[in-house]
Amino acid sequence: MMSKLTVQERTGAMMISALVGLSGLLMAAAGHNDAMGAHGWIVMAFAAVMFFIVAGKLDMPEPAEDRAASYYDDPTRVGIVIALVWAVVGMFMGVWVAAQLAWPDLRFDAAWSSFGRLRPVHTSGVIFGFGGNALIATSFHIMQRTSRARMPNQVLPWFVLMGYNLFCIVAASGYVMGVTQSKEYAEPEWYADLWLVVVWVAYFVLYIRTLARRNEPHIYVANWYYLAFILVVAVLHIVNNLAVPASFMGAKSYSAFAGVQDAMTQWWYGHNAVAFFLTSGFLGMLYYFLPKRAERPIYSYRLSILSFWGIVFFYIWAGSHHLHYTALPHWVQTLGMTFSVMLLVPSWASAGNALMTLNGAWHKVRDDATLRFMMVAAVFYGLSTFEGSFMAIRPVNGLSHYTDWTVGHVHAGAMGWVALISFGSIYALAPVLWRRETMYSWKAVEWHFWLALAGTVIYVFAMWNSGITQGLMWRTYTESGTLSYSFVDTLVAMHPYYVARAFGGLLFLIGAAIGFWNVIMTIRHVPRRVPELDYPTSSEALEPAVPAAE
Amino acid sequence: MMRLIRILLRPFSKFFEFHARTHYRAERHSMALTIGIIIAAGVGGFVEIAPLFTIDETVEADPHMRVYTPLEQAGRDIYIREGCYACHSQMIRTLRDEVERYGPYSLAVESKYDHPMLWGSKRTGPDLARLGDKYSDDWQVRHLVNPRDLVPESVMPQYAFLLDRRLETDSLPGRLAALRAVGVPYTDEMIASASADAAGQANPLTSAADGVTERYGDATAVRTFDGRPDRVTEMDALVAYLQILGKLTDLPAQIQPVAEE
Repeated sequence: MMSKLTVQERTGAMMISALVGLSGLLMAAAGHNDAMGAHGWIVMAFAAVMFFIVAGKLDMPEPAEDRAASYYDDPTRVGIVIALVWAVVGMFMGVWVAAQLAWPDLRFDAAWSSFGRLRPVHTSGVIFGFGGNALIATSFHIMQRTSRARMPNQVLPWFVLMGYNLFCIVAASGYVMGVTQSKEYAEPEWYADLWLVVVWVAYFVLYIRTLARRNEPHIYVANWYYLAFILVVAVLHIVNNLAVPASFMGAKSYSAFAGVQDAMTQWWYGHNAVAFFLTSGFLGMLYYFLPKRAERPIYSYRLSILSFWGIVFFYIWAGSHHLHYTALPHWVQTLGMTFSVMLLVPSWASAGNALMTLNGAWHKVRDDATLRFMMVAAVFYGLSTFEGSFMAIRPVNGLSHYTDWTVGHVHAGAMGWVALISFGSIYALAPVLWRRETMYSWKAVEWHFWLALAGTVIYVFAMWNSGITQGLMWRTYTESGTLSYSFVDTLVAMHPYYVARAFGGLLFLIGAAIGFWNVIMTIRHVPRRVPELDYPTSSEALEPAVPAAE
Repeated sequence: MMRLIRILLRPFSKFFEFHARTHYRAERHSMALTIGIIIAAGVGGFVEIAPLFTIDETVEADPHMRVYTPLEQAGRDIYIREGCYACHSQMIRTLRDEVERYGPYSLAVESKYDHPMLWGSKRTGPDLARLGDKYSDDWQVRHLVNPRDLVPESVMPQYAFLLDRRLETDSLPGRLAALRAVGVPYTDEMIASASADAAGQANPLTSAADGVTERYGDATAVRTFDGRPDRVTEMDALVAYLQILGKLTDLPAQIQPVAEE
């Protein structure tokens, strides 16, 4: 891999690593009485590994290849493998915390192993570790192919990928040490947040510069979604994490906002993390890999325009549906509810566009588990966006909020949509990326598909049952007009569903582990084959980057 | 069905046509897309969030609303550190069953000094907005040490280690100063004596205890929360915090709650 970097680029990478290591040293020195000091050591160790990987290859000869003749795929390859590692780690944490709710003593006699500290390791592990790396890696692939141009720079993509993973490691290790802002899905403390801003700006620069080099007059739909993902996540991240550190010698900080304003800002962030992290970027994946794999053009260009701007505009308003019947002013709740319901239109436009694209290719869906992953993902996307709009209606939310119904809804989206589209894309991508003939085992892909589907269905059904049961029990009255059930009564009723949920999650985890094994075996044992036409060309030449409309 | 959709959409067709054509040109320019995305995504957040800071009725006025003492704030920070918010909400909604189960519904003013708020999103355990003084200190300590000793069906983790950890109070002046920077009305005196006040609130027999009631009001609970007078532990802080939940103001009890159906 290092042989593709010029000596100058290798030196540059080493200098960046040294600078990062130096900031780690500063953190370790300033925060020696605090968890920030431990983070300083982690940052230093990470930077040292990066430094020595490059330093060990510094003497290799300069690359001889013509850069303009090929795409730069090394960061994509590493990103895909890292994404799969995070998938297994994050999903394992999920199964563990789920099991703790069924059997509370399934933990160590140590503070770090409690549900409260491990739960964000699970959520950040799967959303940011698995999802984020899958997004970054596939975006590197897609932006080059649909632009028919190589990335402008070879150090920047490594900085984005590795810098982002440093953020993920600092976040996850922080939670077990008790470093958290408590803002859901924005838990990392101020120094990690600042670092992510740096990485994210680099990501945006890389993306926009690649688009600027494109040999294609139009910017393909997938790129719109990746752009929206990068831009809006930046805005959300910066605003929601505004905080004042208690000291520059420690991790603790206090949010700039309090009470009702903080609640609105947090759920404006939280819901749009769903929109722009867990939807927008993955729709980018869908719009590239689904037509490519099905060898069919996108059903409707206009529908994709409509749904894109609908999603970008409507989603932002929806956050306040997390705060129905609370101390948030009524007018904001009503706005959130209204836009959440309207959101169904662009969401279903996207899901419908994807499924209509498969017309004429349904036999492929039957035979090809990879395409089936993508098809089922589009179906779950449609189902969970319908469920989301429904749950945003105030009286429905009165029942569902604070219960497992919400948890089930999130996982219908996260497992059924986000994870399935990612796995489908990875299976479609891996042979192209590593220049292999095929995946190592198609049977394993089938196994993964059915385990993932069964796991998701079991999980979601368990949570529907537990959520609706508990919501109804909380509001059940006796004939004399008193509440029928104590809180503990309703908790006891949850036990069988919590067992079922942990089992569903376990199936999903086994599927992901099989997927990881399959990709590694593909890299190691499948004979090499270079795909045709997978190099930068001008737009008039050869065939289109994605199947064109007839 | 398709005909019906067509008829319904006909009035919009001109708009769609225009939109598609404009877009066909705009999508050749990455910066046009960038600016378009920022504007389209900016509107909603601005309209919903900005007025919350300017409209006075958003947060009820209450001159008697008190701030957290240093010990309570330290306890709140422990509550955050342990991720208690993942399973416990602090927001009683305006629904009849919630008011009957937990008490008067939560008002915005009650979390006015909460940086960040801890309204929560999931009730694996019950709501804690009105937990203060509902159970004795001794109950709270024993429950935190091992919840299943008192509630056999509970699935809550054990927090016995809080009893053995001495509370770190040196950073409290800095924490209160940071809170003042974001809007909590701590005085210079409160910030300067934050460490002593934290120790004093957990030791009623020491001279430091008097300063606490002087600065934070006579109603402030000054007790050995964890039952061990010899030292100030993290348990002291957490229990002090749990016992103040819902008691920073009595406004909710004054406004007779009328729950929605």
